[in-house]
Amino acid sequence: MTKHDLRGLTRRQLLTRSLSAGALAVVGTGFIAAPDAAWAVEVTAITPEQMATLLQMARDIYPHDQVADKFYAVAVKGYDAEDRKEFVAAGIAELDAAAKAQGHAAYASIGWEEDRVKVLQAIETGTFFQTVRSGLVTGLYNQKEIWPIFGYQGESFSQGGYIERGFNDIDWL
Amino acid sequence: MVAKFDLNDDSVVVIIGTGAGGGVLANELAQKGVKVVALEAGGRYLPEDYINDEWESFGQLAWLDARTTSGDWRVAKDFSGLPAWIVKAVGGTTTHWAGASIRFQDHEWKALSTYGEVEGANLLDWPIDGAEMAPWYEKAEEKLGVTRTGNRPGLPGNNNYLVFEKGAKSLGYKEVHTGRMAIQSSDETGNRISCQQTGFCFQGCKWGAKWSAAYTDIPEGEATGNLEVRDRSHVAKILHDETGKVTAVEYFDKDGNKHTQKARIVCVAGNTIESPRLLLNSASEMFPNGLANSSDQVGRNYMRHVTGSVYAIFDKPVRMWRGTTMAGIVQDEARHDPSRGFVGGYELETLSLGLPFMAAFLNPGGWGRGFTTALDHYENMAGMWIVGEDIPQADNRVTLHPEQKDQWGLPIPNVHYSDHPNDIAMRDHAYKQGMAMYEAVGATRAFPTPPYPSTHNLGTNRMSEDPTKGVCNKWGQTHDIANLFISDGSQFTTGAAENPTLTIVALAIRQADHIAREMSAGNI
Ligand SMILES: Cc1cc2nc3c(=O)[nH]c(=O)nc-3n(C[C@H](O)[C@H](O)[C@H](O)COP(=O)(O)OP(=O)(O)OC[C@H]3O[C@@H](n4cnc5c(N)ncnc54)[C@H](O)[C@@H]3O)c2cc1C
Ligand code: SF4
Repeated sequence: MTKHDLRGLTRRQLLTRSLSAGALAVVGTGFIAAPDAAWAVEVTAITPEQMATLLQMARDIYPHDQVADKFYAVAVKGYDAEDRKEFVAAGIAELDAAAKAQGHAAYASIGWEEDRVKVLQAIETGTFFQTVRSGLVTGLYNQKEIWPIFGYQGESFSQGGYIERGFNDIDWL
Repeated sequence: MVAKFDLNDDSVVVIIGTGAGGGVLANELAQKGVKVVALEAGGRYLPEDYINDEWESFGQLAWLDARTTSGDWRVAKDFSGLPAWIVKAVGGTTTHWAGASIRFQDHEWKALSTYGEVEGANLLDWPIDGAEMAPWYEKAEEKLGVTRTGNRPGLPGNNNYLVFEKGAKSLGYKEVHTGRMAIQSSDETGNRISCQQTGFCFQGCKWGAKWSAAYTDIPEGEATGNLEVRDRSHVAKILHDETGKVTAVEYFDKDGNKHTQKARIVCVAGNTIESPRLLLNSASEMFPNGLANSSDQVGRNYMRHVTGSVYAIFDKPVRMWRGTTMAGIVQDEARHDPSRGFVGGYELETLSLGLPFMAAFLNPGGWGRGFTTALDHYENMAGMWIVGEDIPQADNRVTLHPEQKDQWGLPIPNVHYSDHPNDIAMRDHAYKQGMAMYEAVGATRAFPTPPYPSTHNLGTNRMSEDPTKGVCNKWGQTHDIANLFISDGSQFTTGAAENPTLTIVALAIRQADHIAREMSAGNI
């Protein structure tokens, strides 16, 4: 089992049993947070469980094992808003119904990514999935903080471009 | 001294749009002493304003007014509200363009004669040819400072190019080099700063190394005292008198106030979607189907080049984003050789996108590990773009949306496009060749990436010898209205395999010459 899947599993335990040790904690009434408190998302309009489900969904849509949860949390944070909360509730209900149809208790309680992906495939043409997915394209990949993880260097003008910083430094051809 | 003209001054030439076509035309006319008012929907941005960040820059410069799409092209599915990637700013799309500047091949001016009748095609020969255009191309190359023309050296190859070149040569391609680029390649051969390999050519060149009308032709024209550029001025309608001559344009300023600018001549250069839209939105009792539309060709024959990209992953880093975005070309496939299963040809050009755009464009709609493992190796990726001649079809067209209106209350454009079988055959051939190039260098995985929103938009007010087959004559002057001109890429009769801007610029220089001559002869 990969580290990623283990994390999914602990998250499920967390969500079903509420507070316990793990990679992610539903803290108090309005937060989910990493156990080391390195980051936390405060939710005001939607429930912490809904936020955790969105986070899992984001990870399953664009899984990058080297990218920490906090970046995915930032990417879905916008759903915690009064005018989105019905959309989120209905979407997660749709997601969980699809999970049940495939013999699971709920989407977030599924241990294996492969099985969660099958559930997502069942709803992938719907508005909920498409909205979350397309929002992630910018919500996740446009966070400057994740660019170095992919090796992308971003802005270069302030450093004088690459003319003296390796624009043609390829050495293996 | 920057000129200021009165709204009631009916001696001015009004140019709508200040991009490759309009911006150049404005300067060329001003240099000849002609008084010009250029109306530009977008704002003014200069190198210090450009942003080395893909989405932020897109938000700053792109044309984002509402548009709709239809047809079987994949863009309609992936980017239904964004058929084209075009700039709304003084200088137009020359702020975003990459600078690839190549001439048409002689036979491409005569597509119908060369290719013969193609089923479903609305092919036509241009009313001009390579010999006639040669001196104008030379002037355009001088203006843009195109590398590998005149005494200008080529640009050095960046990492993305070096991979591309090795693959091309392994396949036996001969015409492989760092391109003819409107980018300064040496300090000795021009007055712009030379390329610093910054790698954000698509976001506006912060060094001003790349030619853009925004900081060359526009200020040069203004310096003559004959050109007034009014930015944030969206033209809504072209007006005419009872003789059918155009007399003025109506536009909205940045605060939404409507003004009417009188004109002796009107030149339309709003790019291939907005130009026909404006003619259609200018319909009147006398011209119920829109201005200059007796041929019913306004808005038709929309072309966008056969495009697509190939990205590939290697087992070692490439870092393709470093350096010029598009300085690399293979021209061997640009020839017309029907034995490949299609008419016309295509170019392969290096291309790189930053991580944010790669996520949006690599496989739009894609998700899951098949997608993310590709991005995981972004650092080891190389990329190229396909640009080939697409087939003009009468039903590929820009029309007015029956219900939807923009912020000015004007009907928005719908862009309908379906691939012709020739387009599909060409794209498939190009994908295969592109992937083979990278495999020859040891790619471990390659991606035939679908077309992005159109960057090359052409053909919707095309030139024709016969007034029943096109909108304008060989000078870009509309067949129906002598003092109404088409001055942008919409006048293209066919698209050829080459990136269009050098040709748009050459036509604009030539048109300026014609207009000035006709004005002094008192003909218009
Ligand atoms: C990312 C990118 C890369 C490219 N790279 C290349 C390349 O390497 N080589 C190449 O040859 N081409 C390239 N192109 C294409 C090139 O930029 C265009 O072909 C060219 O700029 C088109 O010139 P135009 O005059 O037709 O229109 P534009 O340059 O788009 O100018 C039209 C102007 O008209 C204005 N306008 C529109 N409607 C109105 C109205 N109603 N009232 C007032 N103003 C209006 C617009 O705001 C705009 O400023 C690229 C394009 C993009 C997006
Ligand atoms: S790579 Fe060169 S031309 Fe392109 S933006 Fe940078 S400096 Fe300008």
